[in-house]
Amino acid sequence: MIYALLCYHSEDIVCAWSKEEDAAVMAKLGVVQERLTKAGKLGPVARLMPTTAATTLRKDHEPPLVIDGPFAETKEQLLGFFIIDCTSLEEAIGIARDLGDANPGGAYEIRPVSMFWPGSGSP
Amino acid sequence: MTDLDWIDASLTAARPRALAALVRYFRDLDAAEEAVQNACLRALKSWPENGPPRDPAAWLILVGRNLAVDTLRRQARQVPLPAEEIISDVEDAEAALVERVDDAHYRDDILRLLFVCCHPELPATQQIALALRVISGLTVKEIARAFLVSESAVEQRITRAKRRVAEARVPYEAPGPVERAERLAAVAAVIYLIFNEGYSASGGEAHVRAPLCEEAIRLARLLLRLFATEPEIMGLVAMLLLQHARTAARLDADGAIILLEDQDRSRWDRAMIAEGLALLDKAMRHRRPGPYQVQAAIAALHARAARFEDTDWSEIDALYATLERMQPSPVVTLNRAVAVSKAKGAAPALEMIEPLAPQLSGYFYYFGVKGALLLQLGRREEARIAFDHAIACANTIAEAAHIRMQIDRLIKDDKAAGAGTTDRGLR
Repeated sequence: MIYALLCYHSEDIVCAWSKEEDAAVMAKLGVVQERLTKAGKLGPVARLMPTTAATTLRKDHEPPLVIDGPFAETKEQLLGFFIIDCTSLEEAIGIARDLGDANPGGAYEIRPVSMFWPGSGSP
Repeated sequence: MTDLDWIDASLTAARPRALAALVRYFRDLDAAEEAVQNACLRALKSWPENGPPRDPAAWLILVGRNLAVDTLRRQARQVPLPAEEIISDVEDAEAALVERVDDAHYRDDILRLLFVCCHPELPATQQIALALRVISGLTVKEIARAFLVSESAVEQRITRAKRRVAEARVPYEAPGPVERAERLAAVAAVIYLIFNEGYSASGGEAHVRAPLCEEAIRLARLLLRLFATEPEIMGLVAMLLLQHARTAARLDADGAIILLEDQDRSRWDRAMIAEGLALLDKAMRHRRPGPYQVQAAIAALHARAARFEDTDWSEIDALYATLERMQPSPVVTLNRAVAVSKAKGAAPALEMIEPLAPQLSGYFYYFGVKGALLLQLGRREEARIAFDHAIACANTIAEAAHIRMQIDRLIKDDKAAGAGTTDRGLR
């Protein structure tokens, strides 16, 4: 089963990290990612820019509305995602735990993927 | 990251929101600051044991308010201290408070707090000191170190600033659209001042003070999150990011200035540039240009040029011309002249800056640019006089050293080629 690990965290807090703190978290995540890659379990990984860089197209209007900012104003924001290939939910939760140890705070939503289209491999 | 680092980041992030809500509650900046301070101390004790709260800002607001109310009560009549559990047991009340804090007016709370600290009646030095102390929560010592002034001087600035904003009586009601726009502009201006102070320090040994730049970017992002549809705020964040992206390449290992043309562009921060460009794109969709967007667009042209030779100088010239119309200033014209010298040559550029002499007679960059232009035109003696002026106006050791290097090169050339020859080799 392919899962998406959707990373939610408070953007205010992540933006308050110093450059060194940010680099330390990324380095720790890198170790886990490397292990997952070697095991053939890791698909695309993305870190998203802050929600201030986001634009939303609301399709429930005619014509659709272009709005500045993220889809929803929430306390914690979607800041990135991992695509992982696991045999069970337990395994996916285990991977989320490992990633969580490297990057404390916030939450991972573990969401099964119903259709996966790898695309060209590089955007 | 250790627990303490995490708590520190959470407290920094929650501070503006918590402080803004408590200012609304107490209607007094000092009381609110003290309440936040006490709540933060409580958090340092309680969070490592009990784990972080779901909403750090709401926790700080509630605990800060409880502690303050409790102090008032104790002062009013001598009653025994409440048990620790009563003060810290905020879980139930937290949920209710979160709803209220999330109310649309919290945006105006924070804007009011920012505006109070950036009040247009305050001189710039007081605005910056107050903003860094109150909004960013820097200690007096940290601010003093950043500006290389004594702690008592910072204390004095902050005290004077607080007295003046108290006298100015910023109203607590939600502002109307015009007032809101004015407040936004005042706050944006001070954030830019803080950034500039970090970007090219106005005094001392360190020419770049990155922490001030990072703090300015953090505040600008906060402002943009509150006012997500304001193109000028997008432009402000974009401009700060695009300029700050060059930090690692701006000074060499010895702290000497490296000019844009000599910078190793592979050391520019690509992630920051990408975010800056994305924000500028978003801003331009609104077709409501303003000075920050124009300056961001200029920085973007530099960021987009793979090599210095690829820079689109005529476009930069055109953007500076737009900026001159929006915000006429001799410094803008000086910057434009640099673009003109690249696009059309040194002669028209020199012609452009000569009338600025009376206004910029104490400005380091004016004489630096003038000297370089004169040098390009082969007017070596005049160039040297301009460079001497520049050294006299230098704000930092790095600035003075940079000009001295140019003079040394002049002297060396004179010795090598004999005075009076043209300086084609220096172009």
